[in-house]
Amino acid sequence: MAVRKTKYEMPEQKPKERIKNFNEVPYGYDKKTAIEEAKRCLQCKNKPCVNGCPVEIDIPDFIKHVAEGDIDKAVEVLKTKTNLPAVCGRVCPYESQCEGECTLKKIGEPVGIGRLERFLADYERKKGVKIPKKAKSTGKKVAVVGAGPAGLTCAGDLAKIGHSVTVFEALHDPGGVLMYGIPEFRLPKEIVKAEVEYIKKLGVEIKFDVVVGKTVTVDELMKEYDAIFIGTGAGLPRWLRVPGENLDGVYSANEFLTRVNMMRAYDFPNYDTPVKIGKVVATFGAGNVAMDCARTSLRLGAEKSYIIYRRSEVEMPARIEEIHHAKEEGVIFHILTNPVMFTGDGKGILKEVECIKMKLGEPDDSGRRRPVPIEGSNFKIKIDTALVAIGQSPNPLVPMTVKGLKIGKWGNIETDEDGRTNIPQIFAGGDIATGAATVILAMGAGKRSARAIDKFLKIKK
Amino acid sequence: MYKILEKKVMSDTVKLMKIKAPLVAKKAKAGQFIILRIDEKGERIPLTIADYDRKKGTVTVIFMEVGKTTKQLGTLNVGDSLLNFVGPLGQPSDIEKYGTVVMIGGGVGIAPLYPIVRELKEMGNYVISILGARNKKLLMLEKEVEEFSDEIYITTDDGSKGQKGFVSDVLQKLIDEGRKINMVMAIGPVIMMKVVANVTRPYKIKTLVSLNPIMVDGTGMCGGCRVSVGDETKFACVDGPEFDGHKVDYDNLMLRNRRFVCEEEESCKLAGD
Repeated sequence: MAVRKTKYEMPEQKPKERIKNFNEVPYGYDKKTAIEEAKRCLQCKNKPCVNGCPVEIDIPDFIKHVAEGDIDKAVEVLKTKTNLPAVCGRVCPYESQCEGECTLKKIGEPVGIGRLERFLADYERKKGVKIPKKAKSTGKKVAVVGAGPAGLTCAGDLAKIGHSVTVFEALHDPGGVLMYGIPEFRLPKEIVKAEVEYIKKLGVEIKFDVVVGKTVTVDELMKEYDAIFIGTGAGLPRWLRVPGENLDGVYSANEFLTRVNMMRAYDFPNYDTPVKIGKVVATFGAGNVAMDCARTSLRLGAEKSYIIYRRSEVEMPARIEEIHHAKEEGVIFHILTNPVMFTGDGKGILKEVECIKMKLGEPDDSGRRRPVPIEGSNFKIKIDTALVAIGQSPNPLVPMTVKGLKIGKWGNIETDEDGRTNIPQIFAGGDIATGAATVILAMGAGKRSARAIDKFLKIKK
Repeated sequence: MYKILEKKVMSDTVKLMKIKAPLVAKKAKAGQFIILRIDEKGERIPLTIADYDRKKGTVTVIFMEVGKTTKQLGTLNVGDSLLNFVGPLGQPSDIEKYGTVVMIGGGVGIAPLYPIVRELKEMGNYVISILGARNKKLLMLEKEVEEFSDEIYITTDDGSKGQKGFVSDVLQKLIDEGRKINMVMAIGPVIMMKVVANVTRPYKIKTLVSLNPIMVDGTGMCGGCRVSVGDETKFACVDGPEFDGHKVDYDNLMLRNRRFVCEEEESCKLAGD
């Protein structure tokens, strides 16, 4: 029988409906569809997809069990490598990772690996999550700083092998960017909470309202813990550095999304934290965060939501699915366009952005073609809100306060591939080490660090 | 949960609370702030630390009831708890020997000024304090500040206590009298800090101000608290809250602080205010 060339469709909310609510967009596969999709897998001997997975999941193996209808076994295989499958199954950039390596791409679409992972995680959550048997305690204590994807992964892996782990979180909710950054319609907060519950059941303790570097210092933690993992993530937002950026109406993507997601400003005044966006919103940047901003704006009632990006569509860093969803929902893309200045109404309130058209020149350091302004092509767009989503620099609080810790030129903590810093007891991973990247890369870093920490603890007497 | 151990009504709209928060108390220094959230639906608001007791593990905050959250906070009593209380955040004040310092506090700004006055005095500075309020009823911590001041001046807008007029008038007079001043610090309404900075600017007297912009996380993530200082954009939560008073763009700060005035009113109305 010939292999079906396309993925089985995953049903989702219709665009016109979903821009009026914050509910999740796709509904996920049912069991029957999942089995059919799993049967598309060729079970390649060399497993190219696994090479594309930052957390080394044995993809063909779990898919084989799905195809055979043994869902529980498939979940078990999946969870030997990931502690946060429901998250990965929703926000991973599969197309450039596992699915990007899939042999089926030669004849059509790859296996829907992400969709299958999501199905398994949701299946298990509904059924009741199985907690693996606790390993014998090693008597070693590890402090993890930051309860985001890197920290939670590292904490879960260390707890599984018997280390005592305490996570210190600055905010009042766990999850880091999963909670404050990624919107409800892409990653429901209940799912994040459920995955965090799983990590806690592995034996991990999470302490909130502790800003490491302020409330306690890393030096103090070093006296009490055998090893420390720092996963404090991205920090201060980057700005466009154009005039008018401090006008009322210009937000960083971080502030806007934190208000809406973590503080639930979409439910104001039921929740106390407000947000206001007016009728026309322009988001600057074209990564996942930018798509989240543009789509959130529509749901908050914006009549027009623009993405303004200085390169062309092929260079956009966002996942294809996000760009696709944004377009379906009516986000208007101004590509090859760069802002020159923001102007206010004379009373300091944002009114307009002046842009200039760009063209692509020679490739730059990133390998992408450098955008160059086309002189005299300036034009103005009337806007009420500007959301700046062009990235963040690493959070400065920990790097600023640890004596002797080697810091890179962007304020990141310097590490080797396994998260070792220049101080033997301290490990770091995720955005704090690499600069702003993806959830799954942070999880991969957390995983490698957990392994390195375990090795370190075994040598250390 | 963080328990309220003590509550004092300072005036109709100003209240003092001592909160049990041992970790924060252990590290707190003058000039820093905390962020609190009352309950699950609450917003995160920054309040400057008015005092701390490391032994008892308490942190004192003094707040004016100006919006939904501060009003709600004011209704809480001893024994009630706050859901979140995090800190100490921001950079502490530089406590060093300047020589003669003029410490200016306006309204509720006197609260965060007080521990800095105390520490500067203990450091051996000659401390001149100028406290201002709209009227006698709104003047707070006069005795406490006086205890650590070599000279103290009071002004009220309506003349109900001390000199009628503004704190900046007293400062100008001190300068005109030829007093040698090594440093001026002002904490209070933005307009007051702006006027103080304008007074000292021609004389090139080092002037520090403590800013209170809108914040969300307070840990260097959201950028909501950005202020223009000289040619730079600074973040009050990690770079501040104290900045060179001569370089701050006060007009932009006042404007940005009014970002959610309408929403605040809506929120207060719903809370039955």
